[in-house]
This record gives sequence, C-alpha cells and structure tokens, in this order.
Amino acid sequence: MHNVVCVKQVPDSAQIRVHPVTNTIMRQGVPTIINPYDLFALEAALELRDKFGGEITVLTMGPPSAEDSLRKALTFGADRAVLLTDRCFAGADTLATTYALATAIRKIGKEYGSPDLIFTGKQTIDGDTAQVGPGIAKRLSVLQLTYVAKIRALDFTARTIEAERRSEGGVQVLRTRLPCLITMLEATNQIRRGAMTDALRAARAPIVKWSAQDAHVEDISKCGLRGSPTVVKRVFAPSSRAEKAVLVESAEQPAEALLDAVFKHQPKLEADLAALAVCDL
Amino acid sequence: MIEERFDAIVVGAGMAGNAAALTMAKRGIKVLQLERGEYSGSKNVHSAVMHADALAELIPDFRVDAPLERHLVEQRFWMLDDCSRIGLRYHFDDFNDGRPNRYTIIRAHFDKWFSSKVREAGATVLCQTTVTELVQNRRGRVIGVRTDRQDGIIRADVVVLAEGVNGLLGTRARLRERPNPDQVALAVTEMHFLPRKAIEDRFNLRGDEGIVIEAAGAISRAMTGIAFIYVNKECISLGIGCLVSELQRTRETPYGLLDRFKRHPSVVPLIDGSKIEEYSAHLIPKGGYNTIPRLHGKGWVVVGDAAQPKNAIAREGANVAMKSGRIAAEAIFLVKSRGDLKKSDSLSLYKKMLDESFEHAKKYKVMPALLHAQPQNFLLTYPQLISKAMQNFARVNSTRQAEKSTLNPSIAWSWTGVFSDVFRLPRAF
Repeated sequence: MHNVVCVKQVPDSAQIRVHPVTNTIMRQGVPTIINPYDLFALEAALELRDKFGGEITVLTMGPPSAEDSLRKALTFGADRAVLLTDRCFAGADTLATTYALATAIRKIGKEYGSPDLIFTGKQTIDGDTAQVGPGIAKRLSVLQLTYVAKIRALDFTARTIEAERRSEGGVQVLRTRLPCLITMLEATNQIRRGAMTDALRAARAPIVKWSAQDAHVEDISKCGLRGSPTVVKRVFAPSSRAEKAVLVESAEQPAEALLDAVFKHQPKLEADLAALAVCDL
Repeated sequence: MIEERFDAIVVGAGMAGNAAALTMAKRGIKVLQLERGEYSGSKNVHSAVMHADALAELIPDFRVDAPLERHLVEQRFWMLDDCSRIGLRYHFDDFNDGRPNRYTIIRAHFDKWFSSKVREAGATVLCQTTVTELVQNRRGRVIGVRTDRQDGIIRADVVVLAEGVNGLLGTRARLRERPNPDQVALAVTEMHFLPRKAIEDRFNLRGDEGIVIEAAGAISRAMTGIAFIYVNKECISLGIGCLVSELQRTRETPYGLLDRFKRHPSVVPLIDGSKIEEYSAHLIPKGGYNTIPRLHGKGWVVVGDAAQPKNAIAREGANVAMKSGRIAAEAIFLVKSRGDLKKSDSLSLYKKMLDESFEHAKKYKVMPALLHAQPQNFLLTYPQLISKAMQNFARVNSTRQAEKSTLNPSIAWSWTGVFSDVFRLPRAF
C-alpha cells in the first residue's frame, strides 16, 4: 500500500520567547520541530507498513529550511520525502494550503502510485485550526475520519478501514472505504526510534523539491497570500489575567461571607441588586 | 551491524568535533559524525570568544554568513574586593577595521552554522544518536562504535572522540583516566537580555563593537576561579567558574558564587533591568599543558575538551578545542594517505603535531599549580591590599590616624608575598 503523511514544520512552542522589551514573539533562533500530532500520524502509517508492506511518502509545504523536518521524518523510517516550496506559497491560510497540498498529492499519486491513505495530524500547534486535513479530503473527494485515536483494523482486499474516533461523548468505532484521509489525535502510538540504517539513509537521501510549476499547480492566484482570505491583523503575547480565585473562609455564615467577597470586587453589582430589591418592595 | 564502512567517525558536534569533521571531509575522507543532541549546539547555551585566525584556518570566508555577535574592541580585567574594583582596560581601536580579530558568539547559533558547513563539505552528520560504546577487536584496537539505535554498530578505521570534558566513552573503554576534580572547573552562566541600545550605552559601544570583562578576587571566596562578562548584541552572558575540587572543599554552591558576582556594585548597573533567559552549568578542563591525558591509541584520537588541551586562562577554550580538532584531522589525513592507518602507533603523529603547535601552551603549564597553591593570596589578600593602597591614594581622607591603621596585620605582612608572587607570576606566564 502507499500512504502519504502530511507534516508541518512548526516552531517549538516550548521554546518560543517573548521579546522582553517589545513584547513581540521572537521567532529568530527558535528551534523548529515536526508538529507533534503529525508524528502520531506518521507512526500510524509506519505501523500499517510494518503489517502490510508498501511505501510511505512524507509531504510538507514550507520554506527550503523545512527540509530538516523531512529528513527527520525519513529518520523515523519514511521511504520518500517531498518538499513543496515556492515563493508563491508564502503566507497561505488553510484554504490556500489545502489547495497546494491537494494538488501535490495528486502529483504524488501520478509519480509514485495513488495513495490508499492520507494522514495528517489533528491540527498544528502553531495554527491550531484543524482545517487542513478535512480541506485536503474535500478537495481530493476522498472520505475522511477526523480525530482518530487508533486504527483498529484494515482489510486491504475489501479495501476497508476501521478506526476509533474520539468525540466529546465518548469513542466512536467507524468503518469506511479506502482511499480515505485520517487526522490523528495524540494517541498511544509514540513515534519509534529509527534504526541506524534509516538514520544513515535519511542523512543523505535526496529530498524531492517541487515548485508550484513542478507540482502542476494550475491557478497561482489560489496559492499563498493571494489565495488566502484570512488576514492576520496582529500577533501579540497575551497579558496574564489579573483575576484570581479567592478562598472565602467563614464557619458561621458562609453565604453572607461569600456575598461580601463578591460585592467587594463588584461594587456595582451590589448597587444594582440593592436597586432591584427596592423595586420589588 | 551496518555494512557500510567509514574512514572516520567523529563522536560529538561541538567545536572540536566540527573542526575535525570539516577538515577531514574537505580532504576527501569519508566521515560520519554522531551527535547526541537534537542538532549541533542544542546542548550549549554559552557565549564564547572566537578567534578569527583559528576560524579562518577552517572557513576562510566565515565573515560572510557566520552568526557573529560583536567584534571585540576592548578587554577589561577587574580585580574585585567586596565592594571595590581595580580595573585594567585595554582598548584597541585598530580592531575596528574590516577584519576584526576576535568576536563574541552565542554557541547555540554558532555551532548550528558550523555544522551546516560540515555537511556542505560532505560529511554525513547524524544527530539524536548517542554513541554508547567503543567497539574494540581482540587486540584492543578500536574498530567502530555502538549507538543507541537499532543495528547500531558502525565500523571505521579511526574514531575521533570529541565528546566533551567528561570523556565517558574513552574512560568506559578503559583507554584513558577520568579527569580529577582539580583539573576541571565548573562554570555557571546566565544570559541577561537587554535592548541593544541599553547595552551599547552601558558599555560605551558603537554598532557591533563588543567587550569582554574578566574578573578575579574576593567574589570566588578564595577559590581558584574567574568571573566573566561577554557582551553580545542583545544579551550579556555572565558567569563564574571555579575548580570542582575547591567547590567540594569549601561547600560553596556555584549559583551562590554567581549570585554574589551579580550583586557586586561593579556588576549591578550593567545588568540592571535585564531579563534572565537561560541558566546553565558546564564543566571546563583547566589542567593546563601538564595534565593533558593520553590523546591517541590504536584506532582512536581525542580532541577538544575531552583532550583537556585548554590552557589555564579560561577564555581560549573554544578556539583551542577547534585547533586540536583540526590538527587531529590533518594528522589522520597524513597517516591515511601514507596507508598507515592500520599501523598500531601511527596516530602518535597527532600528538607530535599538537605539541608543535601548542609550543606556546607550555608557558602556562605551571599557572594552575601556582594559583592553586596560594589562592587566598591571589584572590583575597592581594585584591584587598591593592584596594587599600588605591583607597589611600584616591580618597581624601579626614578619618583619624588610628582608624586608618585598622589594616589587618596579616595583610600588611603579606606585602612581601606580593613581591615574591609578582616575581613568580610573569614566569608562569
């Protein structure tokens, strides 16, 4: 089988610093990592390859430096890495990103065999939208399973897949047809430690680099900033909230003590309630 | 086991490891470099002073894209009493030309760049791979390394150990001895962030001019140690290092020493209002030339901190490490091109070449011992003494004569000591 895993290079949010003077986010020098959810997706794909054989292609869109993330993905054992990189992709929101990625996946299908499963992480830790996976599925007209915690079974001859999907109410067990797109949650499958052979190969393997033209992108105006209706107005560090929980202690009349404490912080509320009480009388 | 063989495996991607890997790769040697961190420099939060000459020997056009912080135009040395300082200030305006002689660097950024040059030169660099063991054949020759990855034995003709001051692999393989506590210093540093403008105002700098301050005296509590301040573009790296054996003896804590240094009246205004972003501790070899351990054997050489070639004067560490890496690489290249790599004692060429190039290092060889024998004199008594002398000279004094002579008799007595040590010090240099 042939599975495509989409990954994104993101700044390591644990190490992002806020500039002490200007209060802006300091991107310079912040190490980059593969979006953690994408690693669960990659591991799910690797486990399927362990059982069923086949190939894994890792795909990312980003600046030339995103090559580092792809190399790391190869270290874990992926077979091939494709970097979609072009100035015209810069500044893309999820709409433009899914357009570019879907186009690239079509091209991957033509070059290396059409994919049975496409994996993405649930969401990225820098954008947090969770829109790219579903967007790709829609553009490629394939079925999708989102928020998957575990793949329970895959029947390659019947071309069906059964997965556990976490929802607010509990766990859904769903079965669907291949090809399909899966967005993975943080799950039980920790990413494996790549073997030495994979690590050596990864350090030297060529990374396939495609420009918009290489990937057969037809409509440049749908890419990057031009193709993105979303506008980022401002990036800022949130100020810490002033409110704090207050422990009200009173053995005798807890309700009154509580009210006193509330009124102390909200004097207007007390006045309003008093006015209401007067009206009622 | 991996089928593929390498000419050389370099363990570690710090200054020495990168210098060795780069030099060998440029010479056409098939190099594999293994680093346990996520990337070269990921384990390092220090600042350092980089000598342009040493770097240019490896990467002649480094000024084009190396992440350099500031070029040094001033060196200060402070002798600190508890609340005073006597300073020596050397300003060199001629280093302000197009090719400055020394730069401050932030190692995390610099090492990453250095590593990219190693890759460009053709070495295979594998990060997040820890070498767990040196693999030896029955005759004790090192024939490769074992890593923490599956099927992880890789073979090579020579293994270059650039694993840092602890040198675990070498000692574990019983090839070398562990460093003694009196040969190793523990340095703690902090990065203090300040706006560029504030830094330039406080240190009187223009543009990318930089400055280094080194301080000794009462701050180290009579231990052999030195404090330092490196000025980067938007942060100040400040720290203090003392011999591990003395920290053991006095039970002083490294952060306690650093705290005292930060509260010294000479330092307070320099870091006022700064934001501390990083704190780190690091072991530094401080033996001087006399304690350089065994550097080579059958199939292996040691470079950098692991080889402890640093001289007793703290700041040259990174440069000396780099130099030892380059020399080892040149030696390996020479031995290999003669077809002698398999010969048992062929790598002694490295020691020979190192000896020749470190001729000057010998001059520092007794410095640690001298400082060590009477640290109270050098670090407590003399600063006090000189401080008193300066005070008498500088202060318009209306106190009565009786108060003036509160000078500790033992201090007064040690004037003779100053002269004998002043005589010995230049000889140690």
